Amino acid sequence: MDNIAGKKPALLWAVQLSVAALVLMWVIPTFGLLVSSFRTGDQIASSGWWRALSTQESQQPAIRISGTEVQKDGLYVIDGNLFGSGKASLSKWGTSSREPEAYAPGDTADLGDGQTLTVQADGAFALSSPASMADGRLPRVFTTASTPPEFTVQNYRTVLFSPMAGQSVGQAFLNTLTVSIPATIIPILVAAFAAYALAWMEFPGRALLIAAIVGLLVVPLQLALIPLLQFHNAIGIGKGYLGIWLAHTGFGLPMAIYLLRNYMVGLPRDIIENAKVDGATDFQIFVKIILPLSFPALASFAIFQFLWTWNDLLVALVFLGTGNDQQVLTGNLVNLMGSRGGDWEILSASAFVSILVPLIVFFSMQRFLVRGLLAGSVK
Amino acid sequence: MEQALMALGVILAGVGGCVLYFWASNLVLDKVIYPARGPQAGRNINRANAVRPWLFLFPAVAFLTIYLAYPVFATLWLSLLGKDGGFVGVSNYTNMLAEPKFAESLKNNMLWLVVVPAAATGFGLLAAQLTDRIRWGNLAKSLIFMPMAISFVGASVIWKLIYDTRAADLPQIGLLNALWMQFNGGPGSFLLLRLLPGLFLLAVLAAVVAGGVALVRPLRAGQGGSGWARAGRMLGGVIALALALVLLGFLYGVFAANLPYGQPQVWLQKPFWNNFFLMAVLIWIQTGFAMVILSAALRGVPEETIEAAILDGANPFQIFFKIKVPQIIGTIVVVWTTITIVVLKVFDIVLAMTNGQWETQVLANYMYDKLFRAFDTGMGSAAAMVIMVLVTPILIWNVWNARREMR
Repeated sequence: MDNIAGKKPALLWAVQLSVAALVLMWVIPTFGLLVSSFRTGDQIASSGWWRALSTQESQQPAIRISGTEVQKDGLYVIDGNLFGSGKASLSKWGTSSREPEAYAPGDTADLGDGQTLTVQADGAFALSSPASMADGRLPRVFTTASTPPEFTVQNYRTVLFSPMAGQSVGQAFLNTLTVSIPATIIPILVAAFAAYALAWMEFPGRALLIAAIVGLLVVPLQLALIPLLQFHNAIGIGKGYLGIWLAHTGFGLPMAIYLLRNYMVGLPRDIIENAKVDGATDFQIFVKIILPLSFPALASFAIFQFLWTWNDLLVALVFLGTGNDQQVLTGNLVNLMGSRGGDWEILSASAFVSILVPLIVFFSMQRFLVRGLLAGSVK
Repeated sequence: MEQALMALGVILAGVGGCVLYFWASNLVLDKVIYPARGPQAGRNINRANAVRPWLFLFPAVAFLTIYLAYPVFATLWLSLLGKDGGFVGVSNYTNMLAEPKFAESLKNNMLWLVVVPAAATGFGLLAAQLTDRIRWGNLAKSLIFMPMAISFVGASVIWKLIYDTRAADLPQIGLLNALWMQFNGGPGSFLLLRLLPGLFLLAVLAAVVAGGVALVRPLRAGQGGSGWARAGRMLGGVIALALALVLLGFLYGVFAANLPYGQPQVWLQKPFWNNFFLMAVLIWIQTGFAMVILSAALRGVPEETIEAAILDGANPFQIFFKIKVPQIIGTIVVVWTTITIVVLKVFDIVLAMTNGQWETQVLANYMYDKLFRAFDTGMGSAAAMVIMVLVTPILIWNVWNARREMR
């Protein structure tokens, strides 16, 4: 196929463009949230993330003038800066909510009774009055400011270190880690032994057992929720980490056994038979030969199981309980979507905290993941 | 800290326990129960070897039995019990069938079952074929594959930002509404919102009709395999016909609909269409999976067949559809069924984005509602059994294929 495409530059260009379009469509959603997570809440609300790099004009909340008055040339004057620092630059301003854009920077507004107000583009103002203003309320200023693009890591600081309504993303992160690491490691050994037996030992019922495992691969875990919860309660585990580790182990096993067996069957028969002739027991063969040789398959499954347990919501909701101190990242995120659905700065940062680890695992071990997928899909 | 220590302890205990079990049980078998010594050494070795596989299998089989096999039957039993634990026969099922929310879930699930596997497999095939031919193909694949690593909940947050809606006089921060506000009903809108989708639907319609005709045609000549195969072909033809009619309705709708230009839309609250906005999330996630598998399959297509086609003057489209696709049809079926299973279990996306409101309920979320919000174990189990029944054909198909392969 390459050779034809190579002969037709126009076609090759069409292919390049289509792929670029596809990739853009697949990357943009994540990228949008990533950009948003580094913007302040005000910025997110006032413009789309795709304008994050352009200077933005937006109406700011009213600012009440404050400061100490000084007598100057028979007038009482208050000088100062509306924004404190001179970071923003305003493009229009006004003194009433009905006409928030009445004046340009540098204009002087007449507030009645001889009071005048001048506001400069950098926010510096001068309010002057023939009478003392010490006991009256000072006027408010409405501004339309253009703020230069600005990025912040404050959102991440907020979600990681300050608990919101008793839910801390930092704690959820630890909880998720606590769930997923043991739930990844424990099934591997159990499955590896079983896979060895199914691949290299002769016994009646082997074919039946393999068929059963292929069948169990697709059993929806929805069916397992209630009976298992009742079972856990009956044997005294109840809801908690032990329960969820056991559940994840059980749910991950069919995939693990299937994947590992397929891999082990492909190992060269000579090695195993030679070892048997030399007097090695099955246990020794397994530990010293099969396990090291199966490393790629073990790694594939470990990545799968890790991604699956890290990203899981249903099993955690059912087996871990829904208390704030027992929430995993996904559960926490669902709660945030409900309670703070409009606070994109919180949501986006929390979402990225939760998908960061899987993304790192994904990009660093993609090779194993692809291999596992190819071996694991039922042929 | 305490938690980390506990997790570490469990890892050590779990791994150590496993190793200890296998080592000790083998030792006991070989040295105590059937020692390979004495007058019956030969018989003992044979016996030990007959028992040993079950030592290796025991923990796994125990886990599988308790955590997957037993629950299937337990759920079946629970679905026949009432709220007070008494036997009520099939009344949970009849009650459920009478519920409008259940009918809605079933209908939506069917919609998901048609759209998501088709779209994800289609996009995956497209991406696999296109990326195989360019230099930066591996990078492109990596990026399209990336959503696989993102949780369904994370993906829901990502897409919710895209569907975000603000009042008409405020700047839109959701990408979809920002794009939507660019349309004003002029020629550009006609081209992008009516003509292009219309052409796309027409293409899908043509594909469905072609597929249906190809299925049914052998029947008229009195061929088409055994009785079962003929019935299957007939069924396929009927489904294709129904799909074609639906598509025809859509096609009319695309040109006749009165589109509300200039008004920001609350995408997730538009009944029927919001299902598609939810499906987009799953398609986005699953396309990478389809692409990876199909890309490997495409590379496995023998070079000679393609060269022969080129020599015979086939164009790239003919090569793709008539040479490559028929050779990887088995893999396409595998991808399709795998995604179908994912679709049947889809829960997180609906829970996170709409929680089944605005007519977006699906079976898995309906079941979760019944079990953990209404605390109605019977109805919930009945809903779970419906999911199981829908999965069963794929289960049987997989087992049948696997057994044929093992022989």
